[in-house]
Amino acid sequence: MQRIGVFVCWCGNNIAATVDVERVSEILSHEYGVVYSTNYQFMCSENGQQLIKTAIKEHNLTGIVVCSCSPRMHEATFRKTAEAAGLNPYMVEIANIREHCSWIHKDREEATAKAVILGRTAIAKLLLNTPLTAGEVGVTKRALVIGGGIAGIQTALDIAEAGYEVDIVEQRATIGGRMAQLDKTFPTLDCSACILTPKMVDCAQSEKIDILAYSEVEEVKGFVGNFTVKIRRKARYVDETKCTGCGACMNACPSKKGLNEFNMNLNTRPAIYIPFAQAIPNVAVIDPEQCLKLKTGKCGLCQRKCEVGAIDYTMQDTFIERNYGAIVVATGFRISDLKYFNEYGYADNKDVITSLELERLMNAAGPTGGTLLRPSDKKHPKVITFIQCVGSRDISGCGKPYCSKICCMYTAKHAMLIREKYPDTEVHVFYIDIRTPGKNYDEFYRRAVEQYGVDYIKGMVGKVYANGDKLMVQGSDLLNNEQITIESDLVVLAAAIEPEPSVRRIATMLSASIDTNNFLTEAHAKLRPVESPTAGVYLSGMCQGPKDIPETVSQASACAAKVIGLLAKDKLKSNPCVSHSDEMMCNGCGTCANVCPYGAITYIDKEFRLGGGKTETRRVASVNEAVCQGCGACTVACPSGAMDLKGFANKQIMAEVESICKR
Amino acid sequence: MQEINEKYEPLIVAFCCNWCSYAGADLAGSSRLSYPANVKIIRVPCSCRVNPMFILKAFQRGADGVILCGCHPGDCHYTTGNYYARRRMTMLFDMLDYLGIERERTRVEWVSAAEGNRFAAVMNDFAAKINELGENKRLEDLRCKN
Amino acid sequence: MQELENLMIKKAVELLDGGVVDRVIGWKKGEFYYDNTPATFYKKEELNDFVYNGFCGANLSKYLVAESKKGGKVLVFLKPCDTYSFNQLLTEKRIDRDKVYTVGIECRGHLNIESIRARGIEGVVGLEEKGDEVTVKTLYGDAKLKRGEVMLEKCLSCKTKKFAHNACDETIVLHEMPEEDPNKRFSMVIELEKMTPDERFAFWKSQLSKCIRCNACRNVCPACTCFKCVFDNPDSGIAAKANDDRFEEKLFHIIRSFHVAGRCTDCGECSRVCPQNIPLHLLNRKYIKDINELYGEYQAGAEAGSRAPLVDFREEDINPGENLKEGK
Repeated sequence: MQRIGVFVCWCGNNIAATVDVERVSEILSHEYGVVYSTNYQFMCSENGQQLIKTAIKEHNLTGIVVCSCSPRMHEATFRKTAEAAGLNPYMVEIANIREHCSWIHKDREEATAKAVILGRTAIAKLLLNTPLTAGEVGVTKRALVIGGGIAGIQTALDIAEAGYEVDIVEQRATIGGRMAQLDKTFPTLDCSACILTPKMVDCAQSEKIDILAYSEVEEVKGFVGNFTVKIRRKARYVDETKCTGCGACMNACPSKKGLNEFNMNLNTRPAIYIPFAQAIPNVAVIDPEQCLKLKTGKCGLCQRKCEVGAIDYTMQDTFIERNYGAIVVATGFRISDLKYFNEYGYADNKDVITSLELERLMNAAGPTGGTLLRPSDKKHPKVITFIQCVGSRDISGCGKPYCSKICCMYTAKHAMLIREKYPDTEVHVFYIDIRTPGKNYDEFYRRAVEQYGVDYIKGMVGKVYANGDKLMVQGSDLLNNEQITIESDLVVLAAAIEPEPSVRRIATMLSASIDTNNFLTEAHAKLRPVESPTAGVYLSGMCQGPKDIPETVSQASACAAKVIGLLAKDKLKSNPCVSHSDEMMCNGCGTCANVCPYGAITYIDKEFRLGGGKTETRRVASVNEAVCQGCGACTVACPSGAMDLKGFANKQIMAEVESICKR
Repeated sequence: MQEINEKYEPLIVAFCCNWCSYAGADLAGSSRLSYPANVKIIRVPCSCRVNPMFILKAFQRGADGVILCGCHPGDCHYTTGNYYARRRMTMLFDMLDYLGIERERTRVEWVSAAEGNRFAAVMNDFAAKINELGENKRLEDLRCKN
Repeated sequence: MQELENLMIKKAVELLDGGVVDRVIGWKKGEFYYDNTPATFYKKEELNDFVYNGFCGANLSKYLVAESKKGGKVLVFLKPCDTYSFNQLLTEKRIDRDKVYTVGIECRGHLNIESIRARGIEGVVGLEEKGDEVTVKTLYGDAKLKRGEVMLEKCLSCKTKKFAHNACDETIVLHEMPEEDPNKRFSMVIELEKMTPDERFAFWKSQLSKCIRCNACRNVCPACTCFKCVFDNPDSGIAAKANDDRFEEKLFHIIRSFHVAGRCTDCGECSRVCPQNIPLHLLNRKYIKDINELYGEYQAGAEAGSRAPLVDFREEDINPGENLKEGK
């Protein structure tokens, strides 16, 4: 016979204003199994928790129902409270009378009646609860970072610094990511490569970091503390251990038509190439689409030129499998496709470019050697028009509903740099709003306007079209209430950013939640911003949402701290709310294993005593409790009902249904 | 008889998956978006935890409407749970319809953790439909009443 | 038919003598001529009671669940529709294939004694079958009938006369059987679907209220082989048994049919054994028809080891209720 205690929380006025907490605790005190019932202003407070602990001890409670906020908020808190008072933490049920009651109903009678039913339902469930004990699993003390941009680099460096091994898997041939493509960084205007490349070198030199460039995650198995990851090492056709990065092969290569991805396809590169001068690893890679030897079998010039014999045209993709305790997603972003924004003429005019292309056009290592020239005729542009919010904050469905966050600042940066370097250039910026929160950010923007005389026009652009060698930018100036057309030489679009598309596949493999914009979801938007809801999976950088470099680096380090916190543990407690098969009832039919997303169910032959000295061997399901995540798919698939879920048992849910339906 | 009809308050049981829809309901709460108090939520880990027996049980015990809410297809916390739930519920709903039971009494809706407003809208809409339909007389077990 | 029975007995004797099997599952003469029941024969002398005629509608595959757990090997005769149940049981690991020797036998459809009685024919003592001509011998003389007039419902709506893939170790087929249209069995389901909800409700109320919860449908069903059925399990929350015409019976039959959805081979045994003549197959067939329409043609048991539709999915599956018209 259970001895249940009921604790009704006022949550200050949040609950008490709409729900008669006094009455709720009075009515619930008469429920079957309830021996103690009370209410208090803040159950989650130190005093509230003490009240619960005292009651558990004084009244010998076997279980408690807390009528309070959502269990997603404080279930863990009250479980800890119960445990501290010597109660099994799974003998706690929460009745959500705040989010699901007091906050949505206005009528006090109605809300009070509902709170009583919710409390009653929690009691009905608790009557069938059984103490559960969390299992323990070991932790593999190695982390995987997916993505080698600044986010991945920073996370990896911090984890390595704490003494743990970490692998960076990067799909491109070099780490560095988007930041490596940038020219200068706001708000200090220091050179991006100058601050990034030393960190890249640190990664390469760290004994704890293994860089797996030109590689992709193929398969993820396991769970927090114990992931097994299959990694595809794409064929480089160059032996990483032999190549010295001398570049002789690049000069020898007769095929020069491959588009240079690092320069945003603004110029070309040989079929064998090193992505950029400071690439890490500083090793060549062959583009099989462009290589004559691989395509036609004829050529082989680079192999002859290579003094160390690093080039191997027969190389194949290989697979490696490694174990990790934690996985960090740092897949970053790209510029979104502008195909739905024909009005800006991006597809039709070479001189309509994106901001990332402008970065390359202004970079000393870029296609123009750092001199700003128009892509079409290589002339100096004299009038440059920037258009902000291209595809961002767009609710038409063509673009992204969110603010890309970084565009206001980098546009101000571009405008300022151009005015600084080419003072005779006229710079216009069309904007909807200027968003510059951040340390020294608004000052930076104001400098662009006040000191550098950049012409900011509040309004949207309707159309960009070519007129001879000029680009006509037609837009509205909202402040002066007029339609204007600016004859420009170059148009720069601050296109929306979007998560790197491969993240969707990775999220699926990791069973990490992802939102409709392909940004990974945090475990809690405010309080757990660097963790995914999937245990052991962490989020670093743009994959979680738009952010600039300082923010990315902060988040990357926060993420590393979380990973280190996990790896520092020797054992992890697993969720005890897992499936369990009643062997006496199991038919061994195999239906449950079909629907298990984690492969947690196997079948074993078990001997059963039939009575009369006879035995029978039956095939029965067996659940690996460390692997099971407790979704319950198997419980419904099971025809006999042998499979049940601890903490959410058939009987318990049935009792909840009955209790709710009691009129 | 008139009096009984006036007293009629529909009873709606909502099964919500812990990760998306229950969180969506929480968001509806923290956004102070109201929906009728006769909607009562049961938390389950995943929509695939909901056995058709639970739904039938609710009807048997006098529920007038049962709604199952889960993550949007493709967004299941457990990757595939809602896909199985979707097939199971499609089959169950077909059968209920086949037995002549008003199909509007059962519903499945995908509500994400971000869709607090959608959660409230769905519940308001469902409750209105059930109000229209009136008392569940085809599925309840009279012995279990009162 | 006599010829087929002789061949079956000959085959049984041969396999018993050869030591291939040590027992045989077949049909045994019952108290009445039309009352043939499934039985196990251990010695060839016992085969004197072995019978195979138009009154052997019973599906023997389910008996293998218990038989294949024992030592030795058992011979079983399977009609074409029974082979699907057999394969389905193999899929669900309920039968040890190595302990069973299967002989597929041709089938022209089996007879329903109730239909014969309904024609005022009583005191049946014999049967002569020549193709589709059936002569029922009675205490009061012979009655010539067309087989199609007095067949079991499951045979009238036969889905196929082909054996399921790889189900039979060998077959005894004397006549080439015509192809069946597997979709003709859905005609009554379609008719019900066309009714208004009120009409459907009235139809099912009139049918299901006859249910006496004898559990015959469950006990005979080859898909119902759980050690402990949910309806017998006090922990399941649905174990209540009561005779009520409101919801209890609907709950039972919805859950029974749901539990076998995607696994039911449409062998028709549930309706055959129902003492109240409830057309239970119409519930199962509704699921089969819907699965075919929504998730692609699927015949449970056609292929041992196939993945049942309800433990499978496609990302583009429809949402529940989307296929149903509002207020249909």
